[in-house]
This record gives sequence, C-alpha cells and structure tokens, in this order.
Amino acid sequence: MKGFRIGLWLIVAVALGVLALFATQLSKPKDDLVRSQMIGKPVPQFKLDAIVPDRPGLSSADLADGKPKLLNIFASWCVPCAAEAPQLAALEAQGVNIVGVAIRDKPADASQFLQLYGNPYSRIGADNLSAVQLAIGSSGVPESFVVDGKGIIRYQHIGDIQDRDVPVLLQKLREAGQ
Amino acid sequence: MKRLSIFVIVLATLGYGQVALAQDSLPPAPYAYRQLDDPQQEHEAEELMESLRCLTCQSQSIADSDAPMAGDMRHQVRTRIAAGESPEHIRQWLMERYGDYISYTPRMSNDTWPLFAVPVLLFLGAGLIVWRRIGRRSGKDSQ
Repeated sequence: MKGFRIGLWLIVAVALGVLALFATQLSKPKDDLVRSQMIGKPVPQFKLDAIVPDRPGLSSADLADGKPKLLNIFASWCVPCAAEAPQLAALEAQGVNIVGVAIRDKPADASQFLQLYGNPYSRIGADNLSAVQLAIGSSGVPESFVVDGKGIIRYQHIGDIQDRDVPVLLQKLREAGQ
Repeated sequence: MKRLSIFVIVLATLGYGQVALAQDSLPPAPYAYRQLDDPQQEHEAEELMESLRCLTCQSQSIADSDAPMAGDMRHQVRTRIAAGESPEHIRQWLMERYGDYISYTPRMSNDTWPLFAVPVLLFLGAGLIVWRRIGRRSGKDSQ
C-alpha cells in the first residue's frame, strides 16, 4: 500500500515537471532567426565579378587586407535593404569600409537601386547563385557581417540595420580592429 | 510573407514600382529545376534535397520550395553531387554553416539526447513492471 502511494506521488511529480517545462518554454518569445555558425571562422574562399561599372568585384582576398570591414548582403529587390540605406550611409560617414554582395541581381536593377538609395560600398560582388551567401551561412537579405583584417568573421547582424544597431556595429568593428 | 507582399504592393503603387517589382528578375539557377543526366546521381540528390530545410520558407524542404534561394541550394546540391561529392558530406558542409536547423535528419547532440534517451528509459521501465508482475503471479501459482 505504501509503495502504491509513493507511485501516485511520483506521477504527480512527473506531471508537474512536464507542466513546468511547458510553462518555461512557452513563455520564451519565438525565435525564427537562423544564425550563422561561421562566427570565428575565416570567410570561405570566393571571387565575385563586379555588378556595377564604378565599383570593383569582391573576393575573399579583399577581406583579408589587414583592415576590418562590414560585409553587407543585399539585393535591389529587397525592400528592407532600401530601409537600411541611411544607416549604412551613417556607418560609411564614420569611416567604415563597407563591401557589398548583391544577391540574384541584374546590373541595371542594382545601378538603379544604388542611384535611388545611395552607394556606401567600396566593392560590390554579384552573387547570382547565392553561392557566397550559402558559404557564409546567411539565410536572407539583408544581413551584415563584421570581418576582421585577417578575414575572420566576427559578428553577424540579421535583418535591416536600424538606428540602434549602428553603435553596436561600430563597437564590433572597433573590437575587430584591435 | 503575406505581410511583406502587401508591403511590396503598397510601395509599388507609391511609385517605387520599378525597384519593388524587380523581385526574382534573374532566371533560376541552371540546376534548380533541371535533373542530373545520371539517374543514380539524381536519385542521391533528390534524397538529400528532401531532407534539407529551406531557409526562407522554414517549413518546407528545398525540394518542395519554389523560393529562389531554395533553387540556388538545389543547384548547389546537384552540381556538387555531379562533381562526385557524397550527400552526407554536403549535409555536413551546410550544417557547419547553419547548424542542425538546415537538416531534417535528426542527430544526437547535447540538445537532442533526451529525445533518444526517453523512449529507451520508458521501454526499460515498462519491461521492469511487466517482469515483476509476471514474476509475482507465477510465484503465487506455484504455491
């Protein structure tokens, strides 16, 4: 009889445990972001052609020239990419070297986009097969990566850069430059 | 996604038309919709593509999705398999970039081991109870 009673309490304890698990997990906000696992690793080898005549293309060697850079993944067809243009301009005004990877873009569309929203990039590579995007672990546009002078990926920002993200990125770039 | 498309339509009507409507202007990647010539390789590629998760449409496999990025991933899978790479090596390459998220094939890790351990424990527990009950009853019968 005593064993039976202990067994009943055990069932109550297990049920409470399961409820507690549900309560903690369900109260967490949902997180759909797929973060790159490449932080701390070198940028994979790549070489992309230029997409607009007034900026050279981009290769992994350009990212290991001793100076930290902001690698911005964008596309002319991506609406939030237009929304982050003022923040990219602010970063450029602070002396940040921004390089771009244009995803699945036509040269004419890219030129028009840069004319409309400004061109903060020192180099832009055309990633027509999303190959660099996949190699770096990016799951959408826009995304930005802080890459240090040795070409090591230091930080990933997912989604458009908003005003509050500018100081964070500046800080990460400073850390990458040390 | 629906919200985004409404946003695009609103922007288009506001005069941003040329840029907003430029979505997916590039043709699909060569091997996004084209099968490999070798049926054995195509079979391997399809098996892998069905177990890789689309990143922009998170509840579909890349084999099921028409998203441009899924097409580019299918191109990547097919060209790599055509070049002689093994499907598991490609999966590993993607998991190095996107973590467990990208793969629909479950793997034992620090986060997932209870999923594998609980059934084993339940089975052992049930076996123990059955064994004790049978043992008790047969003990009574023999008396």
